Amino acid sequence: MIPEIGHFALILALIVALIQGVFPIIGATRGNVVWMGLAQPAARAQFLLVAVAFICLAYAFATMDYSVTYVASNSNSRLPLQYRIAAVWGGHEGSLLLWAVILSVWTVAVSFFSKHLPSAMRARILGVMGLISVGFLLFMLSVSNPFERLIPAAMDGRDLNPLLQDPGMVFHPPMLYMGYVGFSVAFAFAIAALLGGELDSAWARWSRPWTTLAWVFLTIGIMAGSNWAYYELGWGGWWFWDAVENASFMPWLVGTALMHSLAVTEKRGSFKAWTVLLAICAFSLSLLGTFLVRSGVLTSVHAFATDPRRGLFILAFLVLVIGGSLLLFAWRAPTVGRGGKFGVVSRESFLLANNVLLAVAAISVLFGTLYPLFLDALGLGKISVGPPYFDTVFAPLMAPALFLMGVGPIARWKQATLPELAMRLRWAFGISVATAVILPLLLGHWTPMIGLGLFLAFWIFATTANLVYQRLRGSDQSLMARIKSNSYSWWGMVIAHLGIAVFTLGVTVVKGFESEIAVRMSPGDVAHLAGFDFTFEGVTEIEGPNYSASRGHIRITKNGIERTLINPEKRLYHVQNMPMTEAGISPSVIHDLYASLGEPLDGGAWSVRIYHKPMVEWVWFGCLMMAFGGLLAISDRRYRLKSRTKPLPENATEIST
Amino acid sequence: MKRALLPLIIFLVVVGFLFVGLNLDPREVPSPLVGKPAPAFSLPRLDNADKMISNKDMLGKVWLFNVWASWCGACRDEHHVLVALSKSGVVPIYGLDYKDTRLDALQWLAERGNPYVATAVDENGRVGIDYGVYGVPETYVIDKAGVIAYKQIGPITEAVLRDKILPLVKRLQIQ
Repeated sequence: MIPEIGHFALILALIVALIQGVFPIIGATRGNVVWMGLAQPAARAQFLLVAVAFICLAYAFATMDYSVTYVASNSNSRLPLQYRIAAVWGGHEGSLLLWAVILSVWTVAVSFFSKHLPSAMRARILGVMGLISVGFLLFMLSVSNPFERLIPAAMDGRDLNPLLQDPGMVFHPPMLYMGYVGFSVAFAFAIAALLGGELDSAWARWSRPWTTLAWVFLTIGIMAGSNWAYYELGWGGWWFWDAVENASFMPWLVGTALMHSLAVTEKRGSFKAWTVLLAICAFSLSLLGTFLVRSGVLTSVHAFATDPRRGLFILAFLVLVIGGSLLLFAWRAPTVGRGGKFGVVSRESFLLANNVLLAVAAISVLFGTLYPLFLDALGLGKISVGPPYFDTVFAPLMAPALFLMGVGPIARWKQATLPELAMRLRWAFGISVATAVILPLLLGHWTPMIGLGLFLAFWIFATTANLVYQRLRGSDQSLMARIKSNSYSWWGMVIAHLGIAVFTLGVTVVKGFESEIAVRMSPGDVAHLAGFDFTFEGVTEIEGPNYSASRGHIRITKNGIERTLINPEKRLYHVQNMPMTEAGISPSVIHDLYASLGEPLDGGAWSVRIYHKPMVEWVWFGCLMMAFGGLLAISDRRYRLKSRTKPLPENATEIST
Repeated sequence: MKRALLPLIIFLVVVGFLFVGLNLDPREVPSPLVGKPAPAFSLPRLDNADKMISNKDMLGKVWLFNVWASWCGACRDEHHVLVALSKSGVVPIYGLDYKDTRLDALQWLAERGNPYVATAVDENGRVGIDYGVYGVPETYVIDKAGVIAYKQIGPITEAVLRDKILPLVKRLQIQ
């Protein structure tokens, strides 16, 4: 009964979404106030209906209702409750439902926080979001129904993929989807502005907090995923350039470009067409990413063969949404106008150059991701493009982007001069070059890549410090008052940029100085790595709720003094008969000591991999700083002054992330 | 107007590609290297970096040259096929470890079994360029005179091995 209620709620939600998508947009064109007024109640009703459907599915999982196909395929009676709930989004159908829920959350949020918008604009925004929802609900109801019955019911479920049975996986997908779907707001704003022909700085200011919030969620989501891969896959890696990761990284790159481009459009009125295009692309890549990952197109092309209707639906939907919005763009963008003029050396140029670099980086990731798919679809075989391609392409694009990041916030709007910039930045440059040369030599060895990475990290530290110093010095006020006199969004930018520096430093040091050994260890054996002694004290067998595991005990000492004990595990999940690795990690600010169990060998010995990962935690801490900077920017008071519609005065120099 | 149409045009090309890709039957593309002498190489061996291995060492016998890497997911799919083939002893398989680190590669073989008579380490991918590797895995069938007879892009499946590679190897071994 409950699954039928969920199914019915989805059908009702589709009808409401159609109303929300059609009438307000037509009403906005015709000036029909009643039709426009339908948008808000429809958005809220739709949210309630989709939420009911989601709760029904969660209930089916919680009560182990194996007469529902999706529940039977992704759950098991011995799966703990928290993972049964997380299993709601553990497969294709359920993750589409999560998508729809999150889309309706964003839509409701827009309906509540858009009272200051002109009613036609607001109607169009909610209408566009309604149309996107129509696509997803239709897809679910036609070919991916999570409530489909299984008759006769299964005795027990086939269990959730063991890879996903991890606390990180409970939070990672919702965070990531909040980011993906959050870009639908910026997209809807852009489409509404194109439809209404009102691409002005007010539009940019309204879009900014929504875009930044989506970006914050996406940043945290990607970080959580990378951290999960680090301790769950047992290879000591934290980024693999595989299709699933790339699918989340592309919208992040374009979203980053979009945030900066929106800043220029708001402050200076420039880049309008480019900003709109980025808003369309950020969401298009989110859509593409969701489908590439969730439809199983990339992990196995056979998803198309077994259910060709799914593949065709996906393609048709992408054509309608992306093609339609790009057509609208081609039609309306030329009438937008160019906005303020700016010189070759100016903050606008630096931001534009950074934008282009980010966009090209996203395109190259897209190409690397789709290339195997093209070959595979054409029957030319399965191929991994893999890290060599991405590392080769990505570093040369990011290095100048990071360099410009140090210059941009310091340069003036409209017209800056190179000699002046050189004067201001000469100390920062000197310090970062000196660090890049001396620090690696102190640490052991120097390579061009280590030098470049350290230079860029310290360049951002130093230029940002310079920026903050210039802002805070020379005034009679107390330091606290001077700190407060700068806006939250400016401080947000500072912290996010420092986050990039922390991230870059972490990546450079861990890539340049990490070490690892793979050894055969019998109980009592000692392995040596990076000055530490790892004593293998054997394994004990333990039983989990739905797995059994061999837990290794490795005691770490340095110069005879005990430091810590780590417990890597090798688990075997019974239902799917799948072995899983749980790394044993001792994390710290300076370095992680990491061990994972390989295969059991004869005579009680195990193959063990041990890693020394200096400063790897900085990689994730940098991401957290970026996300925190974003949150700070959103809390800026000018977004709360709803009545203010005029752009900032000409001489305003602030810029935020 | 023209410039603003550009994103749409690019998108439609991608869609067209995807759509055609959905409906096409698998088929072969000939490699420009087929029928030409295998490019020369001399590289350190994976198991012993002090010893070198060269394509000249294999002159006079038919051999398979398999490009792989520990970072390559698709290589895992074909690995059991290669291991089974090496156990059958029909044809020797030599590996080219492409843009990989020695430690990862050795661990990979230790965990999954080593089907290779020997593996050459192509750390910077220089030899891969000579062979026109566009992705990993790829496999070349090379005859007694050192001429490339066939190139397989992507993993070797049991069907490919049975229908294409083994008949070809038998024919070449008789020549």
